[in-house]
Amino acid sequence: MRLSEHRYKTITSIAGPLLFVQGIFSARIGEVVKILTPDERQLEGEVLEIREDTILIEVFAETRGLDIERSSIVLTDTLRTASLSPDITGRIFNGSFVPIDGLPMFIPEKKMPISGFAINPTARARPEEFIETGISVIDGLNTLVKGQKLPVFSCSGLPSKEVVAAILKNSRTMNAGTDPSGNRTKRESDGFIIVFSALGLTFRDYSYYMHILKEMGSRFVAFINMADEPAMERLLAPRFALTVAEYLAFDKGMDVLVIITDMTNYCDALREVSTAREELPGRRGYPGFMYSDLASLYERAGRIRGLNGSVTMLPVVTMPEDDITHPIPDLTGYITEGQIVLSRELHQKGIFPPVDVLPSLSRLMQRGIGEGHTRSDHRKVSNHLYKYYAKGRDLRRLEAIIGREGMSEKDRIMLDFTDAFEREFVHQGMTRRTVPETLDAGLNLLKRFSL
Amino acid sequence: MRGRITGISGPTVSVDMKGLKLYELVHVGNAMLTGEVVKLEEKRAIVQVYEDTRGLGPDEPVQGTGMPMTVKLGPGLLSGMFDGLQRPLYKLKDLSGPFIRPAQDVSALDPAGQWVFHPLRKKGDEVGRNEMIGYVEENHFQHFIACPHNSGGRLSWIADGNIRIDEPVGRLEDGSGIAVYHEWSVRVPRPYIRKFSPYEPLVTGQRAIDFLFTIAKGGTAIMPGGFGTGKTILEQSIAKFADVDIVVYAGCGERGNEMAEMIEEFEHLKDPWTGSSLMERTLLVINTSNMPVAAREASIYTAITMAEYYRDMGYHVLLLADSISRWAEALREISSSLEEMPGEEGYPTYLASRLSSFAERAGVVETYSGKIGSLSMVLSVSPPGGDFTEPVTQSCLRTTGTFLMLDTSLAHRRHFPAINWFQSYSLYRAELSGYYRENVSQKWEEVQMSCRDLLQKEEALREVVEIVGLEGIQDPDRLLLHAAEMIRTQFLNQNAYTDDAFSSLDKTLASIERILDFYKHAAERLKQGAAIDEILSGISF
Ligand SMILES: Nc1ncnc2c1ncn2[C@@H]1O[C@H](COP(=O)(O)OP(=O)(O)O)[C@@H](O)[C@H]1O
Ligand SMILES: [Mg+2]
Repeated sequence: MRLSEHRYKTITSIAGPLLFVQGIFSARIGEVVKILTPDERQLEGEVLEIREDTILIEVFAETRGLDIERSSIVLTDTLRTASLSPDITGRIFNGSFVPIDGLPMFIPEKKMPISGFAINPTARARPEEFIETGISVIDGLNTLVKGQKLPVFSCSGLPSKEVVAAILKNSRTMNAGTDPSGNRTKRESDGFIIVFSALGLTFRDYSYYMHILKEMGSRFVAFINMADEPAMERLLAPRFALTVAEYLAFDKGMDVLVIITDMTNYCDALREVSTAREELPGRRGYPGFMYSDLASLYERAGRIRGLNGSVTMLPVVTMPEDDITHPIPDLTGYITEGQIVLSRELHQKGIFPPVDVLPSLSRLMQRGIGEGHTRSDHRKVSNHLYKYYAKGRDLRRLEAIIGREGMSEKDRIMLDFTDAFEREFVHQGMTRRTVPETLDAGLNLLKRFSL
Repeated sequence: MRGRITGISGPTVSVDMKGLKLYELVHVGNAMLTGEVVKLEEKRAIVQVYEDTRGLGPDEPVQGTGMPMTVKLGPGLLSGMFDGLQRPLYKLKDLSGPFIRPAQDVSALDPAGQWVFHPLRKKGDEVGRNEMIGYVEENHFQHFIACPHNSGGRLSWIADGNIRIDEPVGRLEDGSGIAVYHEWSVRVPRPYIRKFSPYEPLVTGQRAIDFLFTIAKGGTAIMPGGFGTGKTILEQSIAKFADVDIVVYAGCGERGNEMAEMIEEFEHLKDPWTGSSLMERTLLVINTSNMPVAAREASIYTAITMAEYYRDMGYHVLLLADSISRWAEALREISSSLEEMPGEEGYPTYLASRLSSFAERAGVVETYSGKIGSLSMVLSVSPPGGDFTEPVTQSCLRTTGTFLMLDTSLAHRRHFPAINWFQSYSLYRAELSGYYRENVSQKWEEVQMSCRDLLQKEEALREVVEIVGLEGIQDPDRLLLHAAEMIRTQFLNQNAYTDDAFSSLDKTLASIERILDFYKHAAERLKQGAAIDEILSGISF
């Protein structure tokens, strides 16, 4: 404990989001620092590195306007925490956890460090209950389960925003229960909530999402960082979101779906810090520690043995240059449990959501589907659709070379199936389909083509 | 010996302290975090801290232990799950709940553990260094207890029956005790008398491996592949089915859910070779991607030291690591915080030598107790962007005996295990062919040749078909394509989620022979004038 608040006026240099301050002997790593600008604005930062009496501070705000002579810093003796309370539901905050919905800050029930703690692997329960997103290609072929992290890989210009909107509006979880006549059923659970974290949002997208959040009542918590707000806040917002999610899940027993869009903006902020520290850049200029850093977010998804709730994560990644081997989607794919890949080609055909089934995968799907979860024929329907669609896609390449006339009757039927699959099964516009509706749509297709 | 912290950057801490040794274990800060000395300078030491350094400040105390980083070796390790520093994860959970908190000091071995000791030697016997003097029953294994590696002599006393883990089981005439457990520096390979070249296959139950790209007991295998190519499923399948005594699985920098799934599965599955619970022969070292990076670097050494310990008792031990790339990346993070001159892609220049000295710890050996034991390794590699020219894959390639290249395009077609049959190879093929000939079938190599030949021809034909279509090629070629497809879909393809997940060597051979026989007969009939469509419609997929 420090007895008095001391203002240090010993800043020696400022580089991008970083400050060097001299003559400090009592800072701690991760300690929150207040920075007072010449015009008495107050910014926040964190101690990143300590060398003898010099500390390096990462500033989570715009550093423009800071100077060496008149700016000062104050150590707060605390690590960064998130305030938590059940009253947080339905609220909207900025990337620094300040309410932006015109309402006052709630009174916290507790505070937790935002970096979180790793779940002990032996304490994890394996994910096996599905979440219905209302989207056929996801629910039917790439089922999302509670505790999973499943990213959406998009390209610039593709409607990832609309896909997120559909999920925000339509996703729900089911609880086992009984219907009025005593049969075992699944019914929609009311313990489901979405924590939405938007990073680097344009004003246009902001209005779009606000519209959707308004209709969601109190079944969400949102952290919104705008495109013109400090990039460094993008490193904080997902951590606030996940700390809130863990609280709602593991303290309050809720099923929480965390949607983060867009992780590419997060990674760019990470790169900015690394560059300012003059670290040796890794692949395409991204820092070498990006894998561990991303894992410190994504791995917070999960379920815990003996506890009710769950944290499920759906990050959106816009692949620079449409390149899936770019470090951002690549490292994400190495950590997450599958990926939903959007395709430019399908989008051009007017198909929504434009999900390319072939490279998409939900690794945890197997445990979450079938008898007692979705429907007993789920696995079969899904395998058949995938198999025939894959075959049809191969045939399309052949068709491009030798023409439809040169192909056998059987192959031509397969090509027709492939088109129909895209137009009728993948494509659904903004309508919501339940899992049985999705499976029936698949079955009907297979039947129609006698497959 | 004490000093104080003068600087902190990530997991790297500098300390104004003299007299420390390189790789000495130290306790850092008020919280007593575990660290290792990684660099010594004139006035300061650089310490790698194996836990989260958040909250740590300058001037906090640092204390040397005079000891290197060690693991505890003794009965009670099997079925255990440890973090990278060998702390038992179940006990950590009991202590601090579902989330891991830093600075929990818990012994890997249960201090209250009681065992029944069966002496193999008696009072008055002369025993040498590292010699086994008796055993306790650990699960269904005889867990041998040996004389320390630095002393031997005449036994003045030896225990019989119930013993405690913290009391000696024997005493030498010079008064020194023989302990039930001992500590061993993880960075030092355990010694043995001599090494042999591998002479026996490590049966994995995976047809593509056992038949085409065999792994040897005492050998090394790597499987590089982009994400989603099936590295983890393959590692875990091998962990389930390999015909070894003991499996040490290092989950190195990968997913927590994956480990949870594995733990739950292994607790319910049976060892296909002995029928006892699979967990009984398994030992897990887990550092998931969100656990401290520095401990990740240590975790594979923790794992291999425990593996060598059981090898020394004369067991066949298999070390699996998923993924060795995460270890290399941890090494890179440490190296960069030490401000070392980086080599290719930022990896330290000693990456290749570290990897090869690690791989050298595999082998079939004669142990000090005169037994034959083996340590085999199967390591997965996660090349960024699926690009195999990167340094970790390339360094591994130089040391490995079996190279299983996992192919993204096969995985996209859901062909699993996605082992590319043109690029992969096994250097043990010649060495082990005798074994297969004598123990499975005289025809083993011949069948192998026919299989490879078919696949090769298919590849050439595919290129033609891409241009002219299936209708444009001759009937014998269509038949060949068909047979090759059977090999791919019915033989090489092996679904890990079905009963087909394990295939014995006999079953593997029968399965490929069935396809080759079909091909031979069909070709015969074709020659005699049968119509191709008739032949092909007679078989079903
Ligand atoms: N042998 C197999 N049988 C069936 N499916 C498999 C097999 N191997 C991999 N898969 C599929 O591929 C997915 C990814 O496999 P995984 O081992 O997790 O890949 P990696 O570790 O290389 O990223 C699995 O979730 C599963 O759907
Ligand atoms: Mg894996």
